[in-house]
Amino acid sequence: MTQKANDYASVMGRKAEIMLKSVGIDYGKFESGSLAFDYERMMRETGYTLEEMQKIQYSVNVGNTPVLELKNITALARACAQEGKGARIFIKDEACNPSGSFKARRAANAVYHARKLGFKGVIAATSGNYGAAVASQAAINGLKCIVVQECYDSKGIGQPEIIEKARKCEALGAEVVQLSVGPELFYKFLLLLEETGYFNASLYTPFGIAGVETLGYEIAMQFREKYGRDPEAVVCTNAGGGNLTGTARGLLKAGASCRIIGASVDLEGLHMASDTAFNRKSFTTGHTGFGVPFSSWPDRSDVPRSAARPLRYMDRYVTITQGDVFYMTECLATLEGLEKGPAGNTALAAAFAIAQEMDREAMILVQETEYTGAGKHIQPQLSFARGNGIDIRFGEPDDEVPGKNIILPSHPSLIKVKEVDLDRMRKSLIKQAMKTYGVENPTDEDIRFLADETKTDTGYVKDVLDLIEKER
Amino acid sequence: MERNEKMINKGEWVRIHKIILEPEERAPQVPEDTRQVPLEMWVKGYLQADAGIGDEVVIETVTGRMETGSLVEVNPAYGHSFGRFIPELLTIDRQVREIVFGGDQE
Repeated sequence: MTQKANDYASVMGRKAEIMLKSVGIDYGKFESGSLAFDYERMMRETGYTLEEMQKIQYSVNVGNTPVLELKNITALARACAQEGKGARIFIKDEACNPSGSFKARRAANAVYHARKLGFKGVIAATSGNYGAAVASQAAINGLKCIVVQECYDSKGIGQPEIIEKARKCEALGAEVVQLSVGPELFYKFLLLLEETGYFNASLYTPFGIAGVETLGYEIAMQFREKYGRDPEAVVCTNAGGGNLTGTARGLLKAGASCRIIGASVDLEGLHMASDTAFNRKSFTTGHTGFGVPFSSWPDRSDVPRSAARPLRYMDRYVTITQGDVFYMTECLATLEGLEKGPAGNTALAAAFAIAQEMDREAMILVQETEYTGAGKHIQPQLSFARGNGIDIRFGEPDDEVPGKNIILPSHPSLIKVKEVDLDRMRKSLIKQAMKTYGVENPTDEDIRFLADETKTDTGYVKDVLDLIEKER
Repeated sequence: MERNEKMINKGEWVRIHKIILEPEERAPQVPEDTRQVPLEMWVKGYLQADAGIGDEVVIETVTGRMETGSLVEVNPAYGHSFGRFIPELLTIDRQVREIVFGGDQE
C-alpha cells in the first residue's frame, strides 16, 4: 500500500473524497449546476420523516422534554417593563435529554444512520455539547466514537467548559482527541476519518438538522395541549445555525407561525482562530463568532451543502452581552431553582429583554437548556475569566468589551438586546453565493433559490443583484 | 537529563502529547499569533511498552487506534472545578429576590 501524503495541503486536497466516503451523501445529486441546489429534496431524500425521527429518538430516550413556565423570571421582566408589557416566559428543558442538551436529537439521528449504513464508529469535530451527544448515542448503539476538540491555547491552558465536555465524552466511552487552537482541527478530523473509516457525524448533515425538527414539533404540540395555542415567539441560541433551522422546520411542519428569533452572545472583536484570544472569551458556543458567519454563509461547514440554513427561517436576529447571559443564568438558579447553562441561556437573556416589548398575554419560549457542572457553569467561567485578567464588575452592559471585561448589569432593567442587521446578512449571502459558484448571470432557479435562502422574494434578490452589478 | 520518574508499566492508562503541525506547516488562513506556535495534540490510551515521562511512546486508544507521542501523565486527572468563588453572584441573588419577592419582611 502506498503511503498517502499527510501534509496540510495534501489532506485538504482529499477533502471531497474523504467526505463522500464518511457521510455517504452524494451532494452532487442535488446541485443544479449553477449556484442553486435543491435543499428540500436533499432534506427529504437523505433525511428522515418527522415520524421516523420521533420513533428513532424516543427509542433511545431522546426528546419529549418538558416545557417549564418561568413565572418568577416573568415577574422580574414585568417589574422592568412598561405597564401592561411583559410576556410569559417559558423554557424547553432540553437538558433532560440523555447527554444534557438538545444536541442529543441531532446525534440520535446521525448515529442511527451510521449504524444503519454499517459503520463501526462515528467521529465528530466539536468542542461543544454535540460531542457528549454523539458519545452518548454511540454508547447506546454500541458504536465506537471519537470526538475531536479545540481545547487548549499554546500555553496548554484549556477552556474549563471544553475540558468538562472532554470528561463527559470520555465518561460515555468516547476517545477524545484534544488539539490546540486553530482551524486545522479539520485537518486532523479528515486524517482520523481516513484512518478509521468511521462515519462523519457532522453537525450539518440532513440527519443532524432534521433531528432537531422534533424539538420544534414538540413545542407546538405541547403548547396547544397545555395553553391552547402556539407561543408568539420562539428564541433560539444561534451558532452554527442547526438549532434554529431544525426548530423552525419542526414548527412549520406543525403548522405553527411563531416568530423565530435567533440570539447570539456578542463576541465582536475576538478572532476565533486566535491563540491569544481563545481563552479571553467566556463562551465557547452560541456566540457571534459562529452565529454571524454561519448565518450569512452556511456552506463554510464540514459538508459541501449545509443542512443548517438559518437565514431561511429567521425573522429577527439579536445579540446579548456575556454579562447579561451570566446574570440571567444566576436568575434562573436563584428565582426558578434551575441550574443550567450558561451558553444555552443566551436565548433566555434575549427572551427576558424581548418579553418586555410584548403584551402580558403573549408567550415567548426559549427552546433549550443545557446541563451544567464543574468547568461548565457561571462560577468557573467567571473565575477563569477573572484569572485571565478579564475585569468583571457591575455596570452598564453597553460598556462590555469582549476579551477585556464582563459587565454584569447593575440592574436587570439594563438587559437589552441589540439588533443584527438581517438585511446586511441577506445581501452578504447573495454576494457570497455569486462569488463562490462564479455565477455571472443567475438563472430564474438561482433567483428563486436565493429568495428562499434569504426569506425574501425574487424582487428583493433582483434588487440586490442589480446593486452588486453596479458595485463592480 | 537524568530521569528520576519511575518507569510506567506497559498497559497503564496514560496521556501523550504530540506536535501535529509545526508553525511553518500551519494553514495559510491562521492569524499571526497562531502562526507563531505549533498545532498540538493530546490523546489518552493504554501504554504499549514500559516507559518514563517524556519518552516517545505508542498508545492504544479506547477505539483501538495507535498513536505515538511524548508521555506526559499516567492515570491523567481531571483538574477542572468550580473555580474561585465569585461573590458578585450573591449580589445578583439578593437584588432579583428583592425585586420579585420584596425582600425580608420581619
